Amino acid sequence: MTKNLLNVKNLKINIEDKEILKGLNLQINEGEIHILMGPNGSGKSTLAYTLMGHPKYEIAEGDIIFNGELINDLRADERAKRGIFLSFQYPEEIPGVTVEEFLRTAKTSVTGKFHGVIAFKKLLKEKMDLLEMEEEYASRYLNQGFSGGEKKKNEILQMSVLEPKLAILDETDSGLDVDAISIVAEGVKRVQDDKKSILVITHYNKLLDYLKPDFVHILLDGKIVKTGGIELAKEIDERGYENIRTKYSN
Amino acid sequence: MERRKTYIEDVDRGIYDIKNKFTYRYKSDKGLTPEIIIEISKEKDEPKWMTDFRLKSLEIYSSKPVPTWGADLSGLDMDNIITYVRPDADMGDSWDDVPEDIKKTFELLGIPQAERESLAGVGAQYDSEIVYHNIKQELVDQGVIYTDMETALHQYEDIVREHFMQLIPPNDHKFAALHGAVWSGGSFVYVPEGVNVDIPLQSYFRLNAPGAGQFEHTLIIVEKGANLHFIEGCSAPQYRVTNLHAGCVELYVRENARLRYSTIENWSRNMYNLNTKRAIVDKNGTIEWISGSFGSKVTMLYPMSILKGEGAKSEFTGVTFASTGQYLDTGTKVVHAAPHTISSINSKSISKNGGHAFYRGLLKVTPDAYGCKSTVSCESLMLDNESASDTVPVIKLDNDNIDIGHEAKIGRISDEAIFYLMSRGINEEEAKAMIVRGFVEPITKELPLEYAVELNNLINIELEGSIG
Repeated sequence: MTKNLLNVKNLKINIEDKEILKGLNLQINEGEIHILMGPNGSGKSTLAYTLMGHPKYEIAEGDIIFNGELINDLRADERAKRGIFLSFQYPEEIPGVTVEEFLRTAKTSVTGKFHGVIAFKKLLKEKMDLLEMEEEYASRYLNQGFSGGEKKKNEILQMSVLEPKLAILDETDSGLDVDAISIVAEGVKRVQDDKKSILVITHYNKLLDYLKPDFVHILLDGKIVKTGGIELAKEIDERGYENIRTKYSN
Repeated sequence: MERRKTYIEDVDRGIYDIKNKFTYRYKSDKGLTPEIIIEISKEKDEPKWMTDFRLKSLEIYSSKPVPTWGADLSGLDMDNIITYVRPDADMGDSWDDVPEDIKKTFELLGIPQAERESLAGVGAQYDSEIVYHNIKQELVDQGVIYTDMETALHQYEDIVREHFMQLIPPNDHKFAALHGAVWSGGSFVYVPEGVNVDIPLQSYFRLNAPGAGQFEHTLIIVEKGANLHFIEGCSAPQYRVTNLHAGCVELYVRENARLRYSTIENWSRNMYNLNTKRAIVDKNGTIEWISGSFGSKVTMLYPMSILKGEGAKSEFTGVTFASTGQYLDTGTKVVHAAPHTISSINSKSISKNGGHAFYRGLLKVTPDAYGCKSTVSCESLMLDNESASDTVPVIKLDNDNIDIGHEAKIGRISDEAIFYLMSRGINEEEAKAMIVRGFVEPITKELPLEYAVELNNLINIELEGSIG
């Protein structure tokens, strides 16, 4: 029997008195790939940040249960240690901190096991080779001076090093050219297995040519209004969100 | 306005806070009179010109008002500062000759170990006098002199007399005058023409006596084509009474010579650190300042480079960390007094828990100093909403044939950056420390490894108290 990994129940999030998520329900089992699609302003990034534990997104109502544990009140680092990962739409630049130093600290912290410099260098190089990243990225400052595409690749690199149970990809495909998308998609596929799950949050469906989702959800005005298979993504591709809105809203 | 209650946390400063029992062989009375000055000079068996110099300086000191343009110095009561404390020790060139408790302090500070592993010579000052001075024989053989100022005054009187307080005359400001009157200890370095001292010399100044002042004088002369890296370290344990540090550093960099002067000052939070440092650089010579200001209640420190010879160069790299109850007013001054001189200034400051970091800089170009180049960059990082930061970089140009780049940035630590790091499993404290370490990385990478480690440790000590 497949085991539930993430269970979001009736989640309501307010930002500055405005309700952004209005009772969202989402269940993800181990080994599944989910796609969450929605137009701008529908609450996609709010969901991503809330799942990761951003302090600005306070839970007004509802539960987030991860691996059977209620994690509403856990900080981001505690969630990361339990296996949640967020690939950021706009990753932060951290001057003076190298990719390698940062990731070694993160890996040590997430696994609770010390990772020595030399062994980690080797691990990092393997992962970078798979993503076709030049070795010099390891010694560059985290995201500083990276192009949009390089930042996204760097997020996938972090994901492949940290090996989370649930990876949330927030618009990881935006700003990538076709070649980069296929490399990123390959990277995502390598992380995913029958225990690990992926939630792809996207505006378009560029990644869908490479990933075979088990479920596609449509987010409109803070609620998932429709869940289906890949045919739902195709429908949006052909007919746009407006059509979906009239069809499924209320 | 409602005043928020502020908590003054006692940061565990570990080894820096170890207090030894206050023992001394001789100490002056509190306060300042000509009699005290004469007594100090007599105690040190000084030539008459020096005694006269001290008395003249005292006159200037008494006639000058306390400066009010910078930090608030009203908490400094000179009548209650002991200006001279001779430790109960003679100067030796073997650590075995240094009294046990003093030796132990320096051991905890890592000085003898650093000497064995990575230094060409070490001077260690405890309160007002140097208790240890040693230099590798091969440098002595090349004519390098590294000794305490008292010895220099007797053995190299002519050189000292020619240079002592010529760059920083007593009438420069009130605390320079004070220094001229009561100076004691410090290091004297002379590097002869063409000699390359390839491993650093270090002097460490430790103030143990409560309510005392430390007024060490450092005089360094690097002759033509010679090269030296000098490291200065300072610390003191925490007392309830006010301590004062008003040292002077005078650096002479001759033609084609290069001097790197690195400092990590880590005073306790009861210290008024009013230090004056100045370098004069001849043709094609280079001065590099690396300056870390930690601790102290008040710091006013602006190392100055006078680029006197054509093609002379100055590089300043500074980091300042101000926390609760601290007002750190730091920066640098550069005078381009000759054509084609080059300067670069890179300053970073961090403030947290109500600390105030103030960057004050001066860049001056004289009328005939054409074709000069200067880049100035000052960045401040505030770790919370209670802390403050200011930047006042003054630029005075007397000719317009100069290429200047200037950049100043003041910002608060980004919550988004903290969240980004936390989302990778790194806790908040470590995330902040990582961002701060990254912020000062351009400075740590300039330091020899063990000082880079010390700087990072100090940042970690400072940050530990900030969470919770």
